[in-house]
Amino acid sequence: MLKIQQLHKSYPIGDSSLHVLKGIDLNVEEGEMVAIMGSSGSGKSTLLNIIGILDEADSGEYILDGLPIKNLTEKKAAVYRNKFLGFIFQSFNLINYKTALENVALPLYYQGMKRKERQEKAMFHLDKVGLANWAKHLPKELSGGQKQRVAIARALAANPKLLLADEPTGALDTKTSHDIMAFIQKLNDEGKTILMVTHEEDIANMCKRIVRLRDGVIMEDTKVNQVRAEQYV
Amino acid sequence: MFRFLFDRDTWQEVLDSLSKNKLRSILTMVGVWWGILLLIGLLGSARGLENSFNRLFGDFATNSVFVWGQRTGKPFKGFQENRRVRLTLTDAKKIEENVEGIEFVLPRSQQSVTITKDFLTGSFQVAGDYPLLDQLQKKKLTHGRFINQNDIDDRKKIAVISDGAYEQLFKKDEDAIGAYIEVNGINFKVVGVFERGNVNMGPSTDVHIPFTTFQQIFNRGDRIGWMMITGKPDYSIKQIEDDAKLLLKNLNDIHPEDKRAFGSFNLGKEFKKMTGFLTGMQFLTWFVGIATLIAGVFAIGNILLITVKERTKEIGVRRALGATPFEIKRQIVVEAVFITLIAGIFGIITGGWILILLDHFFGQGDEAAIVNASVSIAVVFIALVILVILGTLIGLIPAFKATSVKPIEALREE
Repeated sequence: MLKIQQLHKSYPIGDSSLHVLKGIDLNVEEGEMVAIMGSSGSGKSTLLNIIGILDEADSGEYILDGLPIKNLTEKKAAVYRNKFLGFIFQSFNLINYKTALENVALPLYYQGMKRKERQEKAMFHLDKVGLANWAKHLPKELSGGQKQRVAIARALAANPKLLLADEPTGALDTKTSHDIMAFIQKLNDEGKTILMVTHEEDIANMCKRIVRLRDGVIMEDTKVNQVRAEQYV
Repeated sequence: MFRFLFDRDTWQEVLDSLSKNKLRSILTMVGVWWGILLLIGLLGSARGLENSFNRLFGDFATNSVFVWGQRTGKPFKGFQENRRVRLTLTDAKKIEENVEGIEFVLPRSQQSVTITKDFLTGSFQVAGDYPLLDQLQKKKLTHGRFINQNDIDDRKKIAVISDGAYEQLFKKDEDAIGAYIEVNGINFKVVGVFERGNVNMGPSTDVHIPFTTFQQIFNRGDRIGWMMITGKPDYSIKQIEDDAKLLLKNLNDIHPEDKRAFGSFNLGKEFKKMTGFLTGMQFLTWFVGIATLIAGVFAIGNILLITVKERTKEIGVRRALGATPFEIKRQIVVEAVFITLIAGIFGIITGGWILILLDHFFGQGDEAAIVNASVSIAVVFIALVILVILGTLIGLIPAFKATSVKPIEALREE
């Protein structure tokens, strides 16, 4: 599904540069649920951004679903993002003047899907996260957990191969966090490949595999026994 | 390429993002709205002024020159200088026959005379005239008629008096037509009353009497006061003036270089100055209007630029969801053009209202300062096309700005 070899990335800071990723090797198979952990500055977000084709590596190889991701034009990158990847952000990043339904339909709009079909599909996904009754509401009328569920529906709408989550529970209380995690686990059970960045130990333990980063290198890569989130709900 | 313009979603996106921030959208529009409003208002007013000038001079043969005799400035053929020059009917006839491009030559004479009616008396300018005068300088007759050919042929003692003379000589509401006034001790029957307009070309006249009568009662013989020469539309009145003067000098034994012998007033030249002024004003109007418009469009560009900065994160999200940079740019350009167009159309409509108001307050009646203030459809169309072009160009700036930020940086923005 995802193959990364000797990935390097550095950011210029003033005259010098900060070497954030110092040779990352990572393979993720289809159906996996991986947590990337590390303290701040360990490079976990940078890695996620490169995997999400939001950022580009300086050197190394990145192959996504058999396609080498290298020197893409902005246009091509946009198409890949739309087709292969679904994003879930810590701060939800819903478009605040669009209704829940419109937010979910947005990736389909960029796919060029017809309006009616798009709305039906968006409604289907919204129903899946249990918010069909909130379709016409604006993000400001939703609670944090509901917002994140809309964001998940949006990430799923284009039926991506890989779901990328950047601290998906970072802005939520414990109960809602478990709620969201239970949902993400369910998605994984259905076969979706999921990659998430988190710094919370209990959230990471709800994944099937934990990759620990420190100072730009992988310190530890272990499979864990998944803790089911439902038991807390 | 332009199919997206007919796509409902494109407009949904535009309307969404504009209605999201109504105040911002409205403020943005004000600049362009004001520019178009000014352009339409000014152009319409300029046109109204031009129309009113045209109406004032419309009854007037503008392609004409007045010529009168003065005193010679140079000795010639045994005559001393400072000799009095007097034009005659023969001169007028010769000019009409010999100078190219002439339409009419109208001889006129005028004298200041005391006129008495019953016990009222006053000093008035009496002129001897031909019916042709009414054709060259339309007389606004409130009562009766002007001099006709019969009056000329029979040297009738009739008079056409001005409203001013009527007020001085007649009691209020007294019927002037058919009444007699005493000019130089001779009774004249009043046959018409005319109203003096705002614009008077040549010396003003209180009372018109038939030319032949005038010449007789004042013992003028064939000497005339001055003549009004009218040129055909496509002849230069300046050339006619020069030719006529040269001919007159020949006929009256005056040195060809003598500049003092004849006085003249070239109406055509003066009129040209006036129309030149109008053209200048129209140019100024366009200049001011377009400049304001450009300023307005720049204001839109400016505000869109700020907006794009505000929306950096939104744009980042859109790109993460698969929007290509082109789609983002297109979106912003369409927003810019749309906002300019709407503001422009509002400006045109309100500009039209301004013109209606102008017409209502200043455009009524015969002496209106502004007549039929209006703007042609072509001008409106040109203004709209300019708006669309400017809107597109100005929209490109924020559009490129929006996509110059990497999606990752856009998303990181808090």
